[in-house]
Amino acid sequence: MEGAASSSEAGRGPRGSGLPGGIPVGGLSAGSATLPGAVAADAGTTLSGSALPGPALSGPALPGLGLGQPPGHSRLALLLRRAGRRLPPGIRRALRVLDRRARVVAGQLRRRWHRSLQLRVVATTLVICVVVVTVLGFFLVQQIESGLLNSARTSAAHQLGEGLSVAKDEGGLEGSAGDQVKSLLSLTATLQSLSGPGDNFDVVILAQPSSGDSAFGGTFGNQDLSWHSVPRGLIQKVTSEQQQGRTDELWSTPTLMRYVHGQDSGPGLAIGGVINTHDQLYYLFPLSQQQATLGLVQHAMLFGGLVLVLLLVGIVSLVARWVVVPIRDAAAAARRLSDGQLDERMPVRGTDDLAALARSFNDMGASLQEKLHELEELSKVQRQFVSDVSHELRTPLTTIRIAADVLFAAREQLVPAASRSAELLEGQLERFESLLADLLEISRYDANAATLDAESADVCDLVRRAAADAEQLAARKGTRIDFRLPPEPCVAEVDRRRVERILRNLLDNAVEHGEGRDVVVTVAGDRDAVAVAVRDHGVGFGPAEAQMVFDRFWRADPARARTTGGTGLGLAISLEDARLHNGWLQAWGECGKGSVFRLTVPRMAGQELVGSPLPLGPDEAEPGPELVLSQLPLRVSQVPPGSGLTGARFPGSGFADSGLTGTQHTVVQGTGIQGTGIQGTGTKPEDPGRTGATSGD
Amino acid sequence: MKGRVLVVDDDAALSEMLGIMLRGEGFEPTFVSDGDKAMEVFRETHPDLVLLDLMLPGIDGIDVCRQIRTESGVPIVMLTAKSDTVDVVLGLESGADDYIVKPFKSKELIARVRARLRRTDDPAPEMLQIVDVEIDVAGHSVKRNGRPVSLTPLEFDLLVALARKPRQVFTREVLLEQVWGYRHAADTRLVNVHVQRLRAKIEKDPEHPEIVVTVRGVGYKAGPA
Repeated sequence: MEGAASSSEAGRGPRGSGLPGGIPVGGLSAGSATLPGAVAADAGTTLSGSALPGPALSGPALPGLGLGQPPGHSRLALLLRRAGRRLPPGIRRALRVLDRRARVVAGQLRRRWHRSLQLRVVATTLVICVVVVTVLGFFLVQQIESGLLNSARTSAAHQLGEGLSVAKDEGGLEGSAGDQVKSLLSLTATLQSLSGPGDNFDVVILAQPSSGDSAFGGTFGNQDLSWHSVPRGLIQKVTSEQQQGRTDELWSTPTLMRYVHGQDSGPGLAIGGVINTHDQLYYLFPLSQQQATLGLVQHAMLFGGLVLVLLLVGIVSLVARWVVVPIRDAAAAARRLSDGQLDERMPVRGTDDLAALARSFNDMGASLQEKLHELEELSKVQRQFVSDVSHELRTPLTTIRIAADVLFAAREQLVPAASRSAELLEGQLERFESLLADLLEISRYDANAATLDAESADVCDLVRRAAADAEQLAARKGTRIDFRLPPEPCVAEVDRRRVERILRNLLDNAVEHGEGRDVVVTVAGDRDAVAVAVRDHGVGFGPAEAQMVFDRFWRADPARARTTGGTGLGLAISLEDARLHNGWLQAWGECGKGSVFRLTVPRMAGQELVGSPLPLGPDEAEPGPELVLSQLPLRVSQVPPGSGLTGARFPGSGFADSGLTGTQHTVVQGTGIQGTGIQGTGTKPEDPGRTGATSGD
Repeated sequence: MKGRVLVVDDDAALSEMLGIMLRGEGFEPTFVSDGDKAMEVFRETHPDLVLLDLMLPGIDGIDVCRQIRTESGVPIVMLTAKSDTVDVVLGLESGADDYIVKPFKSKELIARVRARLRRTDDPAPEMLQIVDVEIDVAGHSVKRNGRPVSLTPLEFDLLVALARKPRQVFTREVLLEQVWGYRHAADTRLVNVHVQRLRAKIEKDPEHPEIVVTVRGVGYKAGPA
């Protein structure tokens, strides 16, 4: 028996190459084998390896998966680019187009993903469902498989036990070689006959050649079955058992049933045991039936899982729709409401949460409508009042006015006191009239009764006309008005009367506070906007006053005498005029260095402004103290005068530079505030850092 | 210069004051304080110009203006306390040639009255033609396809100003100066409203004018576009 395993027989091929061996099935003495779970699991994987449609189950295409983050296309692009270097230009171009398309599609998907709640819910459900069904299906298939295999193993161990007892009872196995062959053949036939009419198993007897006991070695069994079907590992296990002289252990392992003639090979279970010192008995059970059963189960599960996933997605989609559609309706209704359709209401159905939403929405709409109606009424009453007061005041004022004119014309014939009185009356009446006119104008704004009468006009032309009115005052003050107008007309859709009034106000202001120094009027236009900046070199204003220049009845210096008898409402009205145009009226000032008022209006009436073609601040012609400037790395004075009054040169940095001179700058944003009425300060998105700020050292 | 001025105003003090002023400037004012009686007095006095307050007891100024226009092309200057666009445009559309907002200076009113009364005494014989409209400047008549069209003096002046230089574009300011006689006083709404009224009388389809054409962003011109 010693050499039984050491030499191999012809036709059997080398063995003992260290393949993973069989697994002990349990004690033979126990008769029935208990299979440890590990065996089942191991066998299961082996069995299912070829049969499970793994990839199909575990990796279905999940559309929503990569949508959250900027996904694969960039990697794709990188890959394409890397590959592209070796490709001909035509294909490269095609790839680029493909990449761009992919990007566009990905962008659209991402937008849809972010926009549609329903899509997100459905996609999430789909992913979760697929994962759950896959895991569940996998687990179930494994359970069924191991169950099938276990039962196959149990019955196999039972059959082999019976076979071995039959074989051990068989005589003649210890005789001469001829007897042995004969008795082995008959034993094979006997055992094979036990498998019944359906050929439940195939019998293989392995006779080991041995020096003393046996003169030959060989296999006996079904001639159609290749004895290679018995795994080498199993033979090794059994042989080592045999060499140790034990006969009570059974070994089983899954195998592939190979047939010599024609028949397709299929999965099987090989189980083996020791008969005596030189013979081993193997049973080979085909598992094709179990395989078929398992296949059926798998297909059923795949199909069932798919149906389940689709059904769930359908249901979720439907449910999401039930919720999302009313929300979308509400959103659309809210949008229409905010667009001014105050009659907009939502249909209320039932008493559920969505009905509550609809009811609250309707309540909100109703209350809004009511409030707006009240406001409209108020505004109407106010307007009527203003109109009435206007008429009632104006008629007697006209009489007084004409009377004053007559008296004034005849003042030469009056006694000196009466003559002077006529002069004073004339002068003060003028002031009273403009005050009344301004008051009425601003009350019209307060009542929201001001309307924009926009038409195309050349802003340069309006500037010239406004300047013609201001010339008289300028001549009296000895001020020169310097125009920097572009050669081409700056046409914008404006209310000429209002813009002219703004410009007149700005010019009057500049002349009045300019202390006789030059006033510079600059006009510039770009694609979207036209701007007029009025620069004076007078007293200017500091940070404390900067907040108030657009306030009603505000005076730059209460102690200073007024020369023009302005009403104190000019800038407040101008600000409202600018706002009515969707325009900006902004001021910059610095104590002792003058101020800049800049009007910006959009080219098309009603458009939103994004920027101004002119900077808001002192222009390049005033470099400040030379001493300080010469220390600066960038000399402001080197910038050629008149070159590009483009805002880019003056954003913030200009303030910082001048800040070194130790003076104070003030920028006042006259627009951009909502609701607070007339306050001349506020923020503007264009340059947040400069809002009403001072940057002095 | 003829100088009969009818003052239609309900405010006695203002009427009296206007009277003093107008007499001082050499006009002959007559007064009426009630809208209902305005037409009666108008027919009696045959004024050369009407100063018409918009707010009147009885028939209001707008209606008086319309009634006068059905009978006469006499210059009408509205006195209004309201400077809102709607009121002004309504007054001009009802047929007023010009308007002046209270309170006004006496010089301003006198200037406007004179501007409306100023007529070239003996215009040289001159015939103008635009498309199918014939204008006899001296005879002060306009014919369209041979049929006479009745225009107020102001509308006539406006048409003549445009027709004298066909195809030249006039800005509203230039027209204000040439036709109304203002420097830089006013309001281009005057021009817009009067062009509309002129078109209503001489154009085949005022919506698609052929004779007085708008040049967008600039002004108006006579003749086909």
